[in-house]
Amino acid sequence: MSNENTISRRGLFMKMGILFNGLVAAALAVPVVRFLLSSITSGRANAYLSWVSVGSVTEFPEGETRLATFRNPYVTPTDGTTVDTACWVRRVAGDQFQVFAVNCAHLGCPVRWFPQSGLFMCPCHGGAYYRDGSRASGPPERGLFEYPYKVEGGLVTIQAGELPTPGSPTASLVGKKPPCAA
Amino acid sequence: MRRLITHLGAWFDRRLQLAAPIREAAEHPVPRNTASWWYVFGSAALVVFLLQLVTGILLALIYVPSASEAWSSLQALNHDVTLGWFIRALHGWGSNFMVAIVLIHMVQVFLFGAYKFPRELTWIVGVFLLLMTLGMAFTGQVLRFDQDAYWGLGIGASIASRVPILGGSIVKMMLGGPIIAGATLSRFFALHVFVIPGTLIGLVGLHLLMVLKLGINEWPMPGRLVKRASYANEYHELTKKDGAPFVPYAVWKDLFFAAFILLAVAACALYFGPFGPTGRPDPTIIQTVPKPDYFFLWLYALLSLLPPSMETPALLIGPVIAIGVLVLLPFLSGEGEKSWRRRPIAVLTVLLIAITLGTFTHLAGFTPWSPHMNAWSGDPVPEKVLHGTTALQRQGALVFQAKQCRNCHSIGESGGQRGPTLDGVAVRLTEDQLIRQVIQGGGNMPAYGNNLSPAETTALVAFLETLHPVGQTPAHNAAIGEAREKSASSR
Repeated sequence: MSNENTISRRGLFMKMGILFNGLVAAALAVPVVRFLLSSITSGRANAYLSWVSVGSVTEFPEGETRLATFRNPYVTPTDGTTVDTACWVRRVAGDQFQVFAVNCAHLGCPVRWFPQSGLFMCPCHGGAYYRDGSRASGPPERGLFEYPYKVEGGLVTIQAGELPTPGSPTASLVGKKPPCAA
Repeated sequence: MRRLITHLGAWFDRRLQLAAPIREAAEHPVPRNTASWWYVFGSAALVVFLLQLVTGILLALIYVPSASEAWSSLQALNHDVTLGWFIRALHGWGSNFMVAIVLIHMVQVFLFGAYKFPRELTWIVGVFLLLMTLGMAFTGQVLRFDQDAYWGLGIGASIASRVPILGGSIVKMMLGGPIIAGATLSRFFALHVFVIPGTLIGLVGLHLLMVLKLGINEWPMPGRLVKRASYANEYHELTKKDGAPFVPYAVWKDLFFAAFILLAVAACALYFGPFGPTGRPDPTIIQTVPKPDYFFLWLYALLSLLPPSMETPALLIGPVIAIGVLVLLPFLSGEGEKSWRRRPIAVLTVLLIAITLGTFTHLAGFTPWSPHMNAWSGDPVPEKVLHGTTALQRQGALVFQAKQCRNCHSIGESGGQRGPTLDGVAVRLTEDQLIRQVIQGGGNMPAYGNNLSPAETTALVAFLETLHPVGQTPAHNAAIGEAREKSASSR
């Protein structure tokens, strides 16, 4: 007969057993959680981003917008064709470019360029953008996402590596003043 | 022979001791009037789920969950493996049937008041079963790794990215990396094949256990109110006085309906064949019009029609409210009237939701909000519109086509429906208003001022001015008209 206030030897062992399992589970949870969150943590501080070439400057006539493709800088062995990415390259004049993501700023469908009317149109929900990427009409709340670009050694390179969404770096890297700009 | 079977049965039951509880469960008394064709949807959903388990395992024998090979393995299933196409078709149609039957089951349970005391938890588990079923439908669409799957994931990621602060991290978690790629398909495979079905099996077990323990909901009689204090006794009395063993009194209807549903799935699979896959999941192919599967079409329509400013709140808060209402329902009206004859608001709610979802789904079938990407080069200007027009007006018709106006505006019932049809536009807008609308845009139309020369604008407006019904004159500005007449008469 066990008293309410006393604890039996077996009862104590059982509680210690539960505690022991809890400690082991907590210790094992650390690597499990780190494994699960690795896709977030390994991309910290924009580590997924790199500079990739989309072609030589001469491929893009001045005043025109052309489709270019590049291979995503972050590749795993089973990616297949999914790492080949398209973007719209607009050569404004000389070395001045604008490189737009094909993903509509609304929900990410691929926008198409219509040079005759100077509009990007989205096939999904009817978003439209002007030639400089600014919003023309439809559900998007902003203009097209732009990749940061550089012209180096006759090549147009862009900083890419993440799917352009309203939460990705592509959404905010271009168009913001550098912190030290006067 | 017979004696041998009896012996074998006895040998197993001596060890398993399952015969008695199974017999007890099968023969538990149910109210006689629940042996109705209205009560067959739950068991039908279970049977279709079992079909999905079996066909899913069969597909996994061939399918390769790798972004580089999934599409080819689906092609192999469709074309190379004997009857691979049929198993894919069964699984695809089974999925459509399962969502439909689960929804019908839920509506029936709601209208028959079966969610009320003491079956609140059965309902709540059912709500999660619905969410799991929809989760299976979405993840299954991803495993059919084609263009629709790729861009569908992009849409999912765009929605997830709208979550404040955590958006970017949620997207990476969902995709398994920075982009839609190998890791994305692998994790959706794990969800579709292990995580969600495992949860489903557990929840289905719980759901069934509660149906057995609490008894099937009696046929609701108008005026027979549910009261917490007395319901258990009343139900017990009912099954004692007017009950019959579930097997075989009621079960034969479940059996017939289950067989009928399986036959219907097989017939659809045989007649319509498997779903897709559409083009290769290659993001450099942008000539694509991604569309979700049937049960998410209403969402596709909603996302096109919501005002932009309401979209993010609706996407992020809407589902929370909807699930919250469903979960809280049995606590908000856990007692009282069960019969739908005395619950007009319940009936109207079901009708309203059904009509709303139906209308959105119907609209998503022909997407009036999307520009017709090929209308400018594919749909000619109707001949009768050009009959008897001047050279300038015909030049305007060319501008109209070449500048892709047709992608959003229809003439003679062909062309896009994004903007208003232009048959009769000359009656609605004066010449000056047409010029202003073309150059400045507005009312959801882009401005074309930068893309039209003055000559092109003049020609285009001259053409638009001819678009009016026979016998109706084009709109004109009365003030300007009078001024011109005065100046003409004073000369």
